[in-house]
Amino acid sequence: MQSAGSKRGFAPWADPGAWPLLRVEGLSKRFGGFTAVNHLSLDVYEGEFFALLGPSGCGKTTLLRMIAGFERPNTGRIMLDGVDLSPVPPYRRPVNMMFQSYALFPHLNVEANVAFGLRQEGLAKLEIARRVADMLALVKLDSFGRRKPHELSGGQRQRVALARSLVKRPRLLLLDEPMAALDKKLRGETRFELMELQRRLGLTFVIVTHDQSEAMTVADRIAVMDQGRLMQVAPPAEIYEQPNSCWVADFVGDVNLFEGRLGDDGLSVEGTAAGTLRVAAKSPAEPGQVVWVAVRPEKLRIAREQPSAGLDNSVAATVLDIGYLGDSSLYKLRIRDGSQVKAAVANIGGRAAAAPAVDQQVWLSWPPEAAIVLTR
Amino acid sequence: MRRNQPRSLWQSLVVRIPYAWLAALFVLPFLIVLKISLSQSAIARPPYTPVFDLAAGWHGIRAFFAALSFDNYVLIGSDPIYVLSYLKSVEIAAFSTLILLLVGYPIAYAIARTPRRWQAVLIVLTVLPFWTSLLIRIYAWMNILQRDGPLNQLLVALSIVKEPPVWLSTNTAIFIGVVYSYLPFMVLPLYATLEKLDESLLEAAADLGCPRWKIFWQVTLPLSSSGVIAGALLCFIPIVGEFVIPDLLGGSRSPMIGQTIWMEFFGNKDWPAAAAVAVVLVCLLVAPILVYQHRAMRAVERD
Repeated sequence: MQSAGSKRGFAPWADPGAWPLLRVEGLSKRFGGFTAVNHLSLDVYEGEFFALLGPSGCGKTTLLRMIAGFERPNTGRIMLDGVDLSPVPPYRRPVNMMFQSYALFPHLNVEANVAFGLRQEGLAKLEIARRVADMLALVKLDSFGRRKPHELSGGQRQRVALARSLVKRPRLLLLDEPMAALDKKLRGETRFELMELQRRLGLTFVIVTHDQSEAMTVADRIAVMDQGRLMQVAPPAEIYEQPNSCWVADFVGDVNLFEGRLGDDGLSVEGTAAGTLRVAAKSPAEPGQVVWVAVRPEKLRIAREQPSAGLDNSVAATVLDIGYLGDSSLYKLRIRDGSQVKAAVANIGGRAAAAPAVDQQVWLSWPPEAAIVLTR
Repeated sequence: MRRNQPRSLWQSLVVRIPYAWLAALFVLPFLIVLKISLSQSAIARPPYTPVFDLAAGWHGIRAFFAALSFDNYVLIGSDPIYVLSYLKSVEIAAFSTLILLLVGYPIAYAIARTPRRWQAVLIVLTVLPFWTSLLIRIYAWMNILQRDGPLNQLLVALSIVKEPPVWLSTNTAIFIGVVYSYLPFMVLPLYATLEKLDESLLEAAADLGCPRWKIFWQVTLPLSSSGVIAGALLCFIPIVGEFVIPDLLGGSRSPMIGQTIWMEFFGNKDWPAAAAVAVVLVCLLVAPILVYQHRAMRAVERD
């Protein structure tokens, strides 16, 4: 099943015998009265591409900076390969970081920037030159070695920063919003390059991002963070299909939420704005408890006629607005109690002849297995 | 494009004001000094010949130019007192600029690293001595450095020395006075570059395996080189021509060039020789300024 595992049959987190490469235990960080990271624990496995996703100010960058050693945690510890990193200064950690600002040394050319980390190790000149050349070839910057950072484009600078952080072959590479400064098109291409690079080098990446589609694209697992806490840690498909809370469902993608009380059979939710709704998976919640039915907009169907009575859920609605996005259209509708519902319809039939228009009465329907029940 | 538009009268006037200023207050006086340096000393008023006289007509002008000579420059080259005086000035200036760098860099670095709201206070404290006249401050140093002054009293009280050492009329006293007086000129440009230094560059260096002391040599110092050069020139150039500090704190046995000019001018009343010494000094100092300007232009092109 897609939701249980990963994109590439790589799921060490599901193996109880697997040792994590990075283990974060009960980590907290306070700045004055503000708690940036709040008693947080997580495991990252060797070879994994792990994403920390959350709104700005959720503590994800602070967590990354604690792993790199730039911030000292107030409580908790960080273990790498089973070794506590707390007493290890940043320059001795087998961890490298790619900075959001790239932090390229403006007085050094591309080669010297990439060689900087190797020079600290005291490697032989020839060895350094060879590894720098290999790395520049890998990021397709072979002919730019003599340029200074200010003579490069934004995308090239980003690749120099990446090469510089990769050349030391870190046990763990930390990437702080690595694509935030790129334009949208370049960002899309860079995501796939980054994934390919990670697989090819077999390294472990931890990326911090506030862009959910970026996290979904590149990561094996995503940790969704809010206010210094982990909300959910799971593969992208599971985060999207089986969010564990209304907050996660709403933060990752769009969602329609219907509040009601769980029925006695555990398969229906009563008293919602759309009436009684059926779901496919039995909820572990107690009957009568307040729960939410979550349905993604693209799982809703829009029809002019009332669907024939069956197991599907259906509700009458009025079209309020239509956002034409090219590949799909986003409908904003109002159901009878006045609350709004979003539905996304793929534009597969050309300029859809019979597409509903604003102010028209339509019927929304979805099968029970398209919805899940959330208890918080 | 804006650049191709004809400039208005007002615009061209504004652009020319600095040039007019330079012409009136630097080029013209310099030309007068240059002319005097090519004249001969005389007991007259003004105390040199020839004097420019338009009343004598074309013939007078030709006689005027014929009377000019390079004798004073020959004199400067042949008499070791001038050469030694230049050498001493450059030596004192170079050595005190080095001390200023060693003292000023840590101060500027510390100010740039303190929380932002305290930085302005510290900068004001750095320039606070300027609120008192230099002359008064140097007199204060004469008092401090006297044989039975506060410094020697302290040194004896702490048993650091048995006999109070002589400070005044030594090169040490000149260094103390120069370093004290010029410190703000070193600290301010260094602070300006260090304050702009991106903290993430230091973190990146640490992340790549560079310990703290190496980060200073490999990242901080190279990136503050423009401040080092600006501070060094701002100190070196005026220290070479410094007159008050060596005159009050230093000895008269081997004068600095400023004292030599003063001697020629007021002591020997030899205006042409004093002017020639001054012209050579200006030429000597223009060289480092040109080097600095070349570097500054390159930095501008880079941005």
